Amino acid sequence: MPIQRFYPHIPQRYRLEGTKCKKCGKVHFPPRQVCNSCGSKELEPYRLAEEGEIITYTVVYTPPDDFKTKKPYVVAIAKMDDGAKLTAQVTDCTPDEVEIGKRVRVVFRKINAEGKSGIIEYGYKFVLI
Amino acid sequence: MIGIIGYGSYVPIYRIKVEEIARQWGDNAEAIKNGIKVYEKTVPGQDEDTITIAYMAAKYALVRAGIDPKEIGALYIGSESHPYAVKPSGTVVAEALGMVPDIHIADYEFACKAGSEAMFVAYTHVKAGHMKYAMGIGADTSQGAPGDALEYTAAAGGSAFIFGKGDKVIAEVVDTYSYTTDTADFWRRETRPYPKHGGRFTGDPAYFHHVLSAAKGIMEKNGLTAKDFRYAVFHMPNASFPMRAARRLGFTKEQYEVGLIVPYTGNFYSGASPTGLSASLDDAKPGDLILMVSFGSGAGSDAFIFRVTERINEVRDLVPKVWDQIRTPRKRYLTYGEYAKFREKILMNE
Amino acid sequence: MRDVAVIGVGWPKWGELWKKDIRNIFVEAALMAIEDAGVDHIDSMYVASMSPGLWSKQEHIGALMADYLGQTPIPAVRVESACASGGMAVRLGFIEVASGMSDIVLVGGVEKMWTGEDFTAVLATAADQEYEAFHGLTFPALYALMARRHMHEFGTKREQLAMVSVKNHANGARNPRAQYQREITVEAVLNSPPVADPLNLLDCSPVTDGAAAIILAPVDLARKIAKDRPIVQIIGSGAATDSIALADRESYVELPAVKKAAEIAYKMAGVGPEDIDLAEVHDCFTIAEIIVTEDLGFFEKGKGGEAVEQGLTKIGGKIPVNTSGGLKSKGHPVGATGVAQIVEITEQLWGVSGERQVEGAKIGLAQNMGGSGASSTVHILKRID
Repeated sequence: MPIQRFYPHIPQRYRLEGTKCKKCGKVHFPPRQVCNSCGSKELEPYRLAEEGEIITYTVVYTPPDDFKTKKPYVVAIAKMDDGAKLTAQVTDCTPDEVEIGKRVRVVFRKINAEGKSGIIEYGYKFVLI
Repeated sequence: MIGIIGYGSYVPIYRIKVEEIARQWGDNAEAIKNGIKVYEKTVPGQDEDTITIAYMAAKYALVRAGIDPKEIGALYIGSESHPYAVKPSGTVVAEALGMVPDIHIADYEFACKAGSEAMFVAYTHVKAGHMKYAMGIGADTSQGAPGDALEYTAAAGGSAFIFGKGDKVIAEVVDTYSYTTDTADFWRRETRPYPKHGGRFTGDPAYFHHVLSAAKGIMEKNGLTAKDFRYAVFHMPNASFPMRAARRLGFTKEQYEVGLIVPYTGNFYSGASPTGLSASLDDAKPGDLILMVSFGSGAGSDAFIFRVTERINEVRDLVPKVWDQIRTPRKRYLTYGEYAKFREKILMNE
Repeated sequence: MRDVAVIGVGWPKWGELWKKDIRNIFVEAALMAIEDAGVDHIDSMYVASMSPGLWSKQEHIGALMADYLGQTPIPAVRVESACASGGMAVRLGFIEVASGMSDIVLVGGVEKMWTGEDFTAVLATAADQEYEAFHGLTFPALYALMARRHMHEFGTKREQLAMVSVKNHANGARNPRAQYQREITVEAVLNSPPVADPLNLLDCSPVTDGAAAIILAPVDLARKIAKDRPIVQIIGSGAATDSIALADRESYVELPAVKKAAEIAYKMAGVGPEDIDLAEVHDCFTIAEIIVTEDLGFFEKGKGGEAVEQGLTKIGGKIPVNTSGGLKSKGHPVGATGVAQIVEITEQLWGVSGERQVEGAKIGLAQNMGGSGASSTVHILKRID
């Protein structure tokens, strides 16, 4: 994607910066301006836990063109140790190693690139612990 | 006391064996293994590059240092495979690790000694009192042309070192010395995908002349001989070069074997001798002296002497050690076809 | 509020319409609906379409379609709510007629998907682009995440998912407008290529070009111009939203937007799930039909898979679901889907569905949803005598 679209998300992609509600304590990722639990607008910056547990996952065999050289790849939703839920690929594994309940840790990887000449899009992925 | 206060290394989980590459090109695998003493090499994952490798190494180094990333005044990454020709690798790593914006950043390039250059400059900043801490990283996802001799060794990995003063030091820098001439034994022209080299010209006039001169130079300068060191690490484009250099300098197998990772990893280029140093630190005891000599084609060598402190015992086990990463049970061997896909050597449609 | 009836429908054959562009496809359906209603003009028009901008590089299709339909200067606007665009457009048309602002409103839906674009990527724009699609999640993958969880929590069997597809193909084989008019077997589903584990190709609705249209009018007007067929009134309309990203939901085995839209529609209609004679639901993937039939209150949570296996949702069963063939067999030209559901229910209530006719059908329900359930509509239609 063009850098102009990537740039606003750098704090999230690189450093897992979300928000936490000062009233009800809910953790949001990506960050929000209004709490989706209690409606409060008093939120503070919060950095997500780096470890969690797989709640569900899939193995993508038919990807968009951008990911066609990466198939099959695993995408999971994990519940992080602070309660936030995070969607990311599980890398450095084969699909049969992934199961609901397995522990994961966040790593920093190349997610995609804007063709051969455009920007490289870095971000978070999971690895199995 | 000035020296390393934190160090970390990263080794990808993917491997390809010499046999698999030899089978592809009709080479004799046994003859190659006999010649270079390398048996397999690492391959970066499809989502890995010099930036992600540098990030992991730096993250581990920060854990061992136990400092706030914002206290780091400079970040230098040495590599010959920076993902961008124009635009620094260091800014991504610094942004991702929360070191920005009060930081000086530069990418280095000097073939395989860009990593030790980054370390040298980071160290001298601290020594000059410019800043409290500075980080130098050597990392690469090396390029080897398909079918070229280099394809058997061009690998991926890297190490990061944070320099600082005082009681956080785990390995004091005793001295440094650099030996440099204009000797083009290996190069890559702008916009070309693969390097070229001078074949056997890379040996005596290049690697051996510079490595031996730098090693002798720093030892003489400090009144030390080979037997004073517990560990010796030489740049390792293959295993036979550093072993011959070690023997010619009077070092024994016990001194170089811990840092000699190349038989099972291949050549990490800018990350090679730094990762050999990292492996030696993983093994070292307080008081041990370590000699590290890098080599960069073009050509030059940076020599460092380190003295290990008591703090090594506190930090050694905080993050994965080099040999544990090399021997990981998660290790996955690739076919040449997978390797070619991973390294984007297959001509694809737009 | 005025009572609103469906007075005409238009639904040409769906499929890979290589010779037609988006305007040809839409106008054909709209003309059919106008002719079917027997009206000489329309007062206003809604055009449902998910992404003409990405597929055909054409925005502003409200005006484009009014122009090519020969209906300028009536007001016309495109409605977008991803795969629920059609249902949302029906709701807006319903509101416009009910409010008295307009008498005769055309609600059409269209999608031209076979344009050479990467449809997997275009469809993925209905998910959270930066936090789902960015990571390589596709629509089949999102529903696969739900399917794995449903199987994990309730023991829903892989074969039960396949049975949804088999049932819908059996219905679609009897629908002359369906894209795939052929029956399939459980084995064929299980042996079809994997798309996003545990979903295979034959668990997924296809890529389709097509359009559908309906004409809405006040019941009073409908009675005046009625042909020799009963009046079909929209007695309930509900719509709701939910978090765009699946991860943000409390549960991955239910769709709160569907539940909420149903609750609103049931309340407005004064009926409950037990009063529904047949339903068209959004089976973009087999798991979706199972979850939705639970959330509409037809079956207990977790029992949707068993219900399919027991034949409760086939024609002649307790509650026939997707008599049209569903998205799976009839096709899923995204913006048109929610409108075609109303066509199917209306025809069933008129009693003109031929081989697919649900005998004595009096009340039908249409449920349409966008994304991984971030938006949903529910409409309840009744034959009034």
